[in-house]
Formats: sequence, structure tokens, C-alpha cells
Amino acid sequence: MSENFFLDNPDLQLRLEQLDLREVLDLKEKGYSEADAYPTAPRNYADAKDDFRIVLGVLGEICGERVAPRAGEADEEGAHYDDGEVTYAAATLDAIAALRQAELFGAMLPREYGGLNLPESVYQMMVEVVARAESGLMTVYGLQEIASLVEEYGDPETKARVLPRFSRGEVSGAMVLTEADAGSDLGAVSTRATLDETTGQWRLNGVKRFITNGLADVSLVLARSEEGSTDARGLSMFLVERDDTVRIRRIENKLGIHASPTCEIQYTDTPAILIGKRRFGLMRYAMNLMNGARLAVAAQALGIAEAAYREADKYSRERVQFGKPIRVLPAVGRLLLSMKVDLEATRALLAETGRWVDLWKVYERALAEDGSEADPAIRARHKQAQVLAETLTPMVKYCATEMGNRVCYQAMQVHGGVGYMREFNIERLFRDVRVTNIYEGTSQLQVVAAIGKLLNRSLDPLLAEWQGAEYPADMAAENALLAELTGLFGEAVGALKALPERDRVDYYAVDLVEMAIWIVNGWLLLRDTTVAEQKKPVARAYVASIAPRVRSAAEVVLASDPVPLAAITVLLA
Amino acid sequence: MIDPRPLDIVVLAKQVPDTHNVTGDVMTKDGTMNRNALSAIFNPEDLNALEMAVQIRERHGGTVTVITMGPPNAANILRESLWRGAGRVILLTDRRFAGADTLATSFALQKAIEKIGRYDLVMAGRQAIDGDTAQVGPQTAEKLGIPQITYAESVLGIADGRITVERALDSGSEIVRCQMPCLLTVVGSANTPRPPSVRRQMALKLAATPGEYAALQKRWPEFETVEALDAYLGAHDLRIPVWTADDIGATAETIGLAGSPTQVHKINFVVLESGESRTVAPTPEAIAAMVAELIHEYIVG
Repeated sequence: MSENFFLDNPDLQLRLEQLDLREVLDLKEKGYSEADAYPTAPRNYADAKDDFRIVLGVLGEICGERVAPRAGEADEEGAHYDDGEVTYAAATLDAIAALRQAELFGAMLPREYGGLNLPESVYQMMVEVVARAESGLMTVYGLQEIASLVEEYGDPETKARVLPRFSRGEVSGAMVLTEADAGSDLGAVSTRATLDETTGQWRLNGVKRFITNGLADVSLVLARSEEGSTDARGLSMFLVERDDTVRIRRIENKLGIHASPTCEIQYTDTPAILIGKRRFGLMRYAMNLMNGARLAVAAQALGIAEAAYREADKYSRERVQFGKPIRVLPAVGRLLLSMKVDLEATRALLAETGRWVDLWKVYERALAEDGSEADPAIRARHKQAQVLAETLTPMVKYCATEMGNRVCYQAMQVHGGVGYMREFNIERLFRDVRVTNIYEGTSQLQVVAAIGKLLNRSLDPLLAEWQGAEYPADMAAENALLAELTGLFGEAVGALKALPERDRVDYYAVDLVEMAIWIVNGWLLLRDTTVAEQKKPVARAYVASIAPRVRSAAEVVLASDPVPLAAITVLLA
Repeated sequence: MIDPRPLDIVVLAKQVPDTHNVTGDVMTKDGTMNRNALSAIFNPEDLNALEMAVQIRERHGGTVTVITMGPPNAANILRESLWRGAGRVILLTDRRFAGADTLATSFALQKAIEKIGRYDLVMAGRQAIDGDTAQVGPQTAEKLGIPQITYAESVLGIADGRITVERALDSGSEIVRCQMPCLLTVVGSANTPRPPSVRRQMALKLAATPGEYAALQKRWPEFETVEALDAYLGAHDLRIPVWTADDIGATAETIGLAGSPTQVHKINFVVLESGESRTVAPTPEAIAAMVAELIHEYIVG
């Protein structure tokens, strides 16, 4: 049998089967009305689900057969820089060629631009599969949010010119936000955009840094369009099609993801097209891009973790010490169990998050089309989906990337000394995963993004729904335990909300976010046990592992001890 | 110069047991193969032939038609051909074809190709991984009365009704030019076959032979009857045609077991067993002695 990274992964297949996209697809496929106009459009829900399996199956085979075997080579060779020109490693070019031949680009674009019109939730499964094979390639394939933003806010002429090229895989995209002095604080961006009033042409001047896949032909650049402004409200988003006014000055020499060129770019009077409205560059469009990119990075971390787990699993079967394979040793078994259960919990959270993002997007579009005529029920559903998407996105980014780092660490432990050596894949995975909880917003920033929503009790309706559902009789203990932990979470939210000092809230926010992740994951795994017998041991192991951690975090948050903050002032003065 | 004339290409493909992944229970005690224990796949070098044909069509225009002779489920490799770029596929299936050797097979293929009519090139993989004879391509060319180029590795050019091909030989390579129509057998080093296109697979996933309609209708109950399914497939050009011996005008004595003079004289059943083993001491001297012995015995080096 050939290697296939979708067909060899029963958990990922279960996620696709269990992903309920009826409501999303009814709207997204406009009542399945496109089947007559486009041969690739589904006739009904079952047909659409079958298409998703096709897409993941083809991608899984390419990744298993063609991409993964050359991942070490892609890492070793890396992207090249030579006098302003950046080229991918040979293995990366071959991977792109295969993805193009399989017509896998344009995943989320509508069919009128040659796209596959896939939901975000399915696309993130694709990103996981790609990242498992070669995590650097994910930054070429996994940035399709860029095309989606152009589709959403671009003018018709730009869309007609640019989007079909994305769909054919002729061009890739880059999100050009960061500058030397504007990293986490993007409001400080200083690249200037000036409008020639007579011709109506915008031009960009400035230097951008740490730009992932900066060699892209089509970039979205955040720049200061309002002269004299100093904050986020003076920034707009621009589309740049690369020409010789765009100079790549260097690429970074990084710890990992060597196949992905990280560029420093200089714009000199570069012609640019305004995307959407002026002054909304950061607050609307960059945030929109980053929300999608955060899901993609979560999927990337998940894919790397899956690869690491498989390396550890395999090694622990082959490596014999004390006369037996090391996996039978409880200390090693403990590491493997932790990895496996964490992976499946995170995959469940990513799929659930993707579903709410999909719902948000389809209702956003429905509202835009209906305008002020929109049905209040649609408005309410839109609002609910938005709140949950905005809560769960930073949570899953935090959860998946911290998990990915933990799993790679544990997988290296299973390998022992050889895992530290270049010859073993875990050494590369360990380096590659490290960036995931840094870029697209560090884990610390994800906490900032999530905490406000959690304090507004945004998860309560979801938690109440799960708590009220029926579960198998032999999962009653876990059900009761999760209900108890959910109560503790509610108390912790109340305690943190009641704190008068902002600093103390910020200090203990991470504990609350982690509690929320554990509890949500616990319910999601419990929900799986209603349809999949094999999920029962997973749910049991997960709930058993998180219960003491939730209690401990609750104790920390309920106390919200001011001592550490005081210590910071004294000790770190 | 690119010859502006479009080319019509027929690709011969075979569904084979996946002999590259033979596991323990595949071989029976009497030395024959338990076919059910192996998955059926697209013969690898036939995929190289299809890829070469599709690349020629991308350059010159024209058509690519894939024919396979085999059991009804060989339709699987025809669907795969469609997903990988073939424009048209035909299944040759008939109980009377069963038991064919390379002679009877090439006779049936000749008749089918002649029924297709116009063609510039016939392309096939060098050999199949089950029989490993490499005879069907050359025999088909002989029966069609057209020249053949075996071991084709790359097409260097097509102009003025002639094709220039580089052949991969044990001793090196050879460049030959040949009048078309002709037949090429393609080696595995010729190219990397493209993956199936997801868009084509989505659009063409229902492509089926009439024998598959019942199962297909069960799988997709929105087609209330087999007739409704058939009408849909007809309207969307998704019917895979099936040709029988009668359809291609093959007579009983030329096909199947009757048309196959090949007789298996004897089967040697070779069991590879590990014999004696020796332990080599982990010292430089002992390892050097082992290497010297392996070189002396022509096992390495």
C-alpha cells in the first residue's frame, strides 16, 4: 500500500465524518444550486462530504508519497537567497508542482474564480496533512486566507485578474504586516502609503521584516495611509503584485522551517491597490487575515505533532532495552499516552473551531447580501457564531501550538540520545514546531485575545448545551466530573472578573484560558463517545489527566494571589 | 518546431496485483499466487505511459484514450486514468477473454485499437509487474502492422509525422526516429506520473460501466432508479463503454484460453530461508575480515 497521510489516520477521518457542515453548506452551496453550472460542485450534502474525502485522499497520498520522503532534504537545503532573488529548495518546488498538478490550490475560493469552495474547517484538515509531511511547505500552501481576503474585499477587476491565478497555483501569497519596531504592536507600523490624487495611484515606501513566504507574487501589505496618524486607525491594507520596486534584502537564518523563506522586503514607490476601506487595515483586514492564519498555524502545529508522535511510537516499538521494547515501560507508555490523547483532543477542538468560523463566514455573507432586510434569527446566529469563533480561535492557537511543542519534546524524550541527532526526524520536528507558538501572535497574545471573551462568559451557551446532552451510560463518571469542573470554571471566571486591578487579571488570564481549553476539549471528547466506541478510553484518559489540573488552576485563579505581581516589582526591578 | 497537428493516442493499461508489496499469505503452497490477498493497482509503467501521452497532448493537442482488458473491476484503473488526464476510456471485458496469454491479449488489443480507428500513437508500459513478460506491447505492434519503439524514456520531438524518442537501454541510451503511427513501450524512469486531479476526480467520480450501475445507485440513493442514474451519466458523459469479444469482432479461437498457445512447463517453488548465521565480533579486525569475505564472494563490491 502506498503512504497516505489521510487514509492512515483514523482520527482525522473520524473528524471529517463527525464534522456537521449541513448548515454551513446549505448557505455556502446556495442550496446546492451550482451543480449544473460547475462539474465540480456537489449535488447534495453527501456528495460534498465525498468531495472532501477525495480532496484529503489525494492530498494525503501526495504528502505521504512525495512530500514527506523529501522533508529532510527540504530542511537541509532550505530556501536560497541570491542578490534579491529567493528560490525554494528543490524538494519544495517538486511538492508545489505535485499540488498544482493535483489542482489542490484555490481551496477556499469560490468556483467562479476557479476555486474548490471548501469550508475553512476542511481546509484546516488539509493544512494539518501538509504540515505533517513538511512543515515549511505549509507556509506556501497554508496561506490561502490571503486570496480569501482579496475575494472578500477586493475590487472586481483585481479579483478577476488575481484570483484565478491563485486557483491554478501560479502565484502564492504573503501577509506583509511586521516591521522591525512593529511586531506584536502592529499599530506602530510605519511603512507609508501615499495617494497620487491626480492618477488615483497608491504607492508604498518602507521596510518590512520577518515576512513569511515574502517572495510571493501577491502580497497584502499593511501601511500607514493617513499622514500624521500614529496608531492603528491610520493604517490601511494594500495589495501589491511583485515587480522590481519590491526588493528582498535578505532572508533569515532560522532555527526551523528552513524551506520557508522569511524575508526582509523594501518597497520603493511600489504601486499598490487599496483593499477595502481606508483606516480599516489593521482592525478589520489584518485581524481577519490573522484569525485565519492562527487556525492554519494551529493546524500546522497539530500536523507536526502527529508526525512526532508517529516517530516516537515507531521508535518505541523497535528500540529494545532491558530485553523488551521500551514502550512497555510505564514511564515511556506515559509519554506516548499523553501525546496521543493530547493530539486527539486538539484535533477535536480545531474541527469545532473551524465549524464556528465557517458558520460565522456564511452568515456574514448572508447578512451582507440581505442588508438591513436580514431576518433577526440570522442576525442572532451570526452573532453567536462570531463570538464563538473569536473565542475559540485564540484558544485553539494556544492549545495546538503549546501541545505541539510539548509533544515534540516528549517524542524526543522517547528517542533518548538518538533523537538529539540530525539523522532522526524528531530533531527536525522539534526545531520546526518551535515557531508555531511564536508567529501569528505568541501564546501570550492568544491569552490576551481570548480572556476578554471568556470573562464575558462567551462559552457558557456551548458549555450548557454540552452539559445538557446525553452520553453513554459507561461514561457517566466522566460526565459528572466534567460537570463539576465546568462549575469550577464558572467560579473562576467570576473571581477573575471581580478583580479590580487589570494587572492581576492579565497575570492570571493564562490559568483561566487553560482551564477553558481543558474543559472544552473534555466535552468534545465525551461527545465523540456517543458515536465512536474507540473514543471512550481517549475521553477517560483525557478527563482523568485534566481534572487535577483544572482544580489546581481554579485554586490559583480563585486566590488570584497578589504576591507574584509584587515580587515582579521587587525582584525584577 | 512543434508539429501543429493534434495527435490521437491510445494507451494500453493493465490492472495488476500489487506484487511490490507481497506479504506472507500471498503465495500458496503450490507456488501460485493468492490474488485476493493483494490489492489491485494500476500497473506502474502503464502510468508512465499515460503520463507521457498526456504530456504529448498538452504540447500538441489531440486525444488520449485508455483501453484495458480485464475483469469488470478493471474499470477502477479506467476511472483513475480519467482523473489523471485521459479523455476517454474503454473496458474490454468478456468471460471469453479469460486465461489469455500475451498472444491472445495482443490479438484482442489489436482488434480494439482497430475498432477505435484513427490513431497516431499507441503507448504502453514496458511490462506488467505480474507477468513481467514485456511482450504485449511489441506483439500488439506486430499485429497492427506498425513499427515499435521499446524502452522509450523521453519524446524529443514530433514533427512531419515522425516521432523522435530516446530509449533507455542497459548499455546507455539510443535516439531513434520513427514514422507514425507507431507503438511505444515506456519505462519507469520516463517521468513521475502526475497525481490524480481533485477537480477531475470530483467531476468524474461517478464514471461507471453498466455493470456498476446497481452498486452506484445504492451508494447514491438520490438517483431513484438505475434508469435515472443512467440518464444522468449519459447527460454528463460519464458512461464507460464496455466492449466484448463480439464488439471487436474477435473469434473464439483467437482469444482467451483457446487462443493462448503458451503452456506453463514447470513452476519452481523457491523458498528463501535463512540458513546458518555467524556472529562477528565488534572489532575492527573481525569486521574487516567479514568485508573482505563478502567482497571475495561477490556479495558486495
